[in-house]
Amino acid sequence: MTAFLLQYLPILIFLGVAAALGVVFILAAWVLAPKHPDPEKISAYECGFNAFEDARMKFDVRFYLVSILFIIFDLEAAFLFPWATSLMHMPHGVAVFAFWSMMAFLFVLAVGFVYEWKKGALEWE
Amino acid sequence: MDFWTTPGGWTLITLGEIVLVMVGVLISLAFLLLADRKIWAGVQMRKGPNVVGPFGLLQSFADFFKFMLKEVIIPAGADRTTFLLAPLITFTLAFIGWAVVPFAPGWVVSNINVGILYLLAVSGLGVYGIIIGGWASNSKYPFLGALRSAAQMVSYEVSIGFVIITVVLLAGSMNLSAIVEHQAGWIWNWHAFRFPTLVIMLPMMGIFFFSALAETNRPPFDLTEAESELVAGFQVEYSSTPYLLFMIGEYCNIVLMCAMLSILFLGGWNPGVPVGFMASWPPALASLLLFVVFALKIVFWFFMFAMVKAIVPRYRYDQLMRLGWKVFLPTSLFAVALVAAWKVFGTA
Repeated sequence: MTAFLLQYLPILIFLGVAAALGVVFILAAWVLAPKHPDPEKISAYECGFNAFEDARMKFDVRFYLVSILFIIFDLEAAFLFPWATSLMHMPHGVAVFAFWSMMAFLFVLAVGFVYEWKKGALEWE
Repeated sequence: MDFWTTPGGWTLITLGEIVLVMVGVLISLAFLLLADRKIWAGVQMRKGPNVVGPFGLLQSFADFFKFMLKEVIIPAGADRTTFLLAPLITFTLAFIGWAVVPFAPGWVVSNINVGILYLLAVSGLGVYGIIIGGWASNSKYPFLGALRSAAQMVSYEVSIGFVIITVVLLAGSMNLSAIVEHQAGWIWNWHAFRFPTLVIMLPMMGIFFFSALAETNRPPFDLTEAESELVAGFQVEYSSTPYLLFMIGEYCNIVLMCAMLSILFLGGWNPGVPVGFMASWPPALASLLLFVVFALKIVFWFFMFAMVKAIVPRYRYDQLMRLGWKVFLPTSLFAVALVAAWKVFGTA
């Protein structure tokens, strides 16, 4: 188990090194660059006039819908990964069974997808 | 020699590898960025950057120092911590993907057995940097840009996931080195060209390529920073090195996508001819040659990215969503079923 986890240690170190380099970049500009903030400079960017309402406003519900759809389909993808890896390492009979099981699952998913399509959840106009 | 097998020595070696990969990627990025601008200029019959150094070769380094010397502006309404955290997240995530990329036989920082899943996860997390940056800026353009970007990235990630599954089905492994070794030998062993699956895998390569364009917010899918509508998308309020981190992260992701395209479809480090003749060579020299082959493939894909940017006009947002959900998703899902069927019934 330890040897298995040790494979992932370089990734953790990589994360640390990359984050450290990013912090160094930000700090370098902090130290080297001039700092002369004034109210105009640090006000939020608009097309030439002062911001007249909060920027964190209501947004279209379709963005939310897309995220929900993403969760469904990305979970499918995550679910398919172990199946895809092991499919060719099974005896033929088991592989056939595994194939049809997954096809049944994908069929259910496809029906859901067609329903979404017909309902107009994928429309963006 | 004993020292190198102790935990201290192991850590030193790992650190050395990591620094080597990071410095290598950063320096390559400097020149790829220049290449991007040069190609773009060439298509438009301009000269592109040509002042700093011979042929403008040092342009990216000059830009780097310019960024360093610019004032870090944090807008008054912004959330300071998250505002600075967002570029850091993008930058870090763009780099840690390289931890599992096999550059040549054995040349990999961490040869984990779920490498491709790890890459998918890391590219999935990338959306956080953008949405946090857009929200923390507390300004309208970044907010809209971040929303668009998030929706776009998650839409195309789905088809990327399914395309990767077709490759995993063919290779029977999620380990990136194993996927590359599965394509060893002649060029027609590469996943993109292997007979009969080529009928499916060539279109899959196309879907992956276009999804990668959308995933990295590149033209023609650069709606997050569509200059004429959203100024610069989620990056509007960023300046100096925080902006630099976003930019490096973006290009690093692009090159990572190029590396993935090469590994998944074009045989990674395999040169397309059997490498048996290298058996008598010193291992380091053989690895170096294979690494050059891999690097050339990355450069080829980057050239494609740059050409698309130069040639293709921008998509509209509804067209983008339609392409992702109504074309790529059903096609790649169907391809998964087809490849699985071929694997189970075709090869028995």
